[in-house]
Amino acid sequence: MSLAAATIPAPSIEYSQLAPMLIVFGAAVVGVLVEAFAPRHLRRPAHLVLSLGGLATAFVLTCVIAGSASIFANGSPGHNAAMGAVAVDRPTLFIQGTILVLAFVSVLLIADSAQDVSPFAGQAAAAPGSPEEREGLLAGLVHTEIYPLTLFAVGGMLLFPASNDLLTMFVALEVLSLPLYLLCGLARRRRLLSHEAAVKYFLLGAFSSAFFLFGIAMLYGYSGSVSLAAIASTVSSNTGSTTLLFAGIALTGLGLLFKIGAVPFQSWKPDVYQGAPTPVTALMASCTVVSAFGALLRVFYVAFGNLTWDWRPAMWAVAILTMVIGAIIAITQTDVKRLLAYSSIAHAGFILTAVIAASAAGLSSSLFYLAAYGFTTVGAFAVITLVRDPGGEADHLSRWAGLGKRSPLVAGIFAFFLLAFAGIPLTSGFTGKFAVFQAAVAGGATPLVIVGVLASAIAAFFYVRVIVLMFFSDPVPDGPEVVVPSLFTGTAVGLGAVATLVLGIVPGPVLDLANHAATQLFVR
Amino acid sequence: MRLYVPILVLAVLAAGFAIFSVTFGALAGPKRWNKAKLESYECGIEPTPAPLGGGKVPIKYYLTAMLFIVFDIEIVFLYPWAVTFNKLGAFALVEMVAFVVAVLIAYAYVWRRGGLDWD
Repeated sequence: MSLAAATIPAPSIEYSQLAPMLIVFGAAVVGVLVEAFAPRHLRRPAHLVLSLGGLATAFVLTCVIAGSASIFANGSPGHNAAMGAVAVDRPTLFIQGTILVLAFVSVLLIADSAQDVSPFAGQAAAAPGSPEEREGLLAGLVHTEIYPLTLFAVGGMLLFPASNDLLTMFVALEVLSLPLYLLCGLARRRRLLSHEAAVKYFLLGAFSSAFFLFGIAMLYGYSGSVSLAAIASTVSSNTGSTTLLFAGIALTGLGLLFKIGAVPFQSWKPDVYQGAPTPVTALMASCTVVSAFGALLRVFYVAFGNLTWDWRPAMWAVAILTMVIGAIIAITQTDVKRLLAYSSIAHAGFILTAVIAASAAGLSSSLFYLAAYGFTTVGAFAVITLVRDPGGEADHLSRWAGLGKRSPLVAGIFAFFLLAFAGIPLTSGFTGKFAVFQAAVAGGATPLVIVGVLASAIAAFFYVRVIVLMFFSDPVPDGPEVVVPSLFTGTAVGLGAVATLVLGIVPGPVLDLANHAATQLFVR
Repeated sequence: MRLYVPILVLAVLAAGFAIFSVTFGALAGPKRWNKAKLESYECGIEPTPAPLGGGKVPIKYYLTAMLFIVFDIEIVFLYPWAVTFNKLGAFALVEMVAFVVAVLIAYAYVWRRGGLDWD
């Protein structure tokens, strides 16, 4: 009886501050209604308006919130909205803005489907090679659910780095993951590979979510709260069982590092990146990585910020393994998408060196690196969708031999992206790497930077090898056709290339923005 | 100890109800033999003998089961909301309506896409 008699403070929600997320989720929900009630021929145009419009509106609102005087009045680092569940602060807004732009470009790739070359299966439920599948193809079935699924995933990605308590973070993790598991299995070509990717991602993802949840339970046991700030204050007052604390750090860290694809939790990445439809791979390789790093930064800077000496050694080991193993295994890859997957693992290692610095410089350089890397990645995957065999994309590297002689422009742009991945000056990759290594040195991690530079050198080898293959090998007979990009894919490639170039030559404005976003770290 | 008396009473009542229903059913109910009644309970398949290679299992009911869980969870949220409705007021009403509408939209999707058709 006493429970019911207690007064309950009426909760309040700052809708205006959460508007970007609400709009993305709202667009997704309306997208489900479109699926339910709109006639088939109207669905794709309606989804295009909803997805692109929703993401663009959300981006504009994110900028408006970032410029709002009331949230950041009197030097406040930000605001805890929705009863402390969601943080609205500058690093988060920077990350959300990055995710929204990259998601917009990825949706352009996803939407690029003249019916016959759509990258998505017409009827994913039909078994590969079955009569039902052929019937579906003949009937011209298409899955327009892809758009709401993408929006739900993007909404989760926006919430993930903004979550200020671990339970909200867990819900966001599931909201972003579940649609991605489905999207991975929807490839039109090589359906079995795609199914394999979806199942692997689902099983391993569910496994890592369980670890993350178990870690949350440990931390709750330690501090009696799931809020990041409360955990931090329990750490400062040095009460509670350290066994629970360290088990909690390890398990939540594992869940976050899995989404990033850091070694030794990387095994899903090559298989999933290869099997998933290429536009979905672009979405995962850019937006998911940005979002997961945002969440990792928040948890380790806010909740475990006073424990840097305790988690640093483990993070050192993970960063070194990630850089070295990512770079070395990439050398042996013969598939473009697997190559980029291992390259993404190595890049995760480079960003981890800045995370380890646990400083404003570490945060700002991570933010810049994520934005720069995201654009290059989306552009590179957009180019991959253009190089096609009759049976689909020509993923095998041997098919790319001599591509530079047959279509110099596409091969040239891809070479530019590879140089950016390698970190050659005048590309965004160089600026980003310089920034993260500088932050790591300032944070006292010079040996880590030496390993990082060596790993970059190894990585440069296989990037340059692909360039040599494209420009200095003889073209394969009846090699892949390079399709003329449609407006959508062309825009995606163009945006990726322009961002990579601009962030390499005049990185100043975006670097300043990242610095400005990071000066006050996260709100507590 | 007095704190636990209601739980004990509940346990006694539950056990009594279970014993009463089974005994009374066995004593008073009609006994008409039916093969299905003596089999162990399984969802939609014959438990024995195990069909070769796993056999084919109708999975039609999985959608129904999933929908059931969705609405079950919805009820879980509705109960505490209903109990404290007077204290939480308009804010909670708006939030709950938003939640129920979101669930209904998913339901409308399932309905329009034929998820409720048995065949």
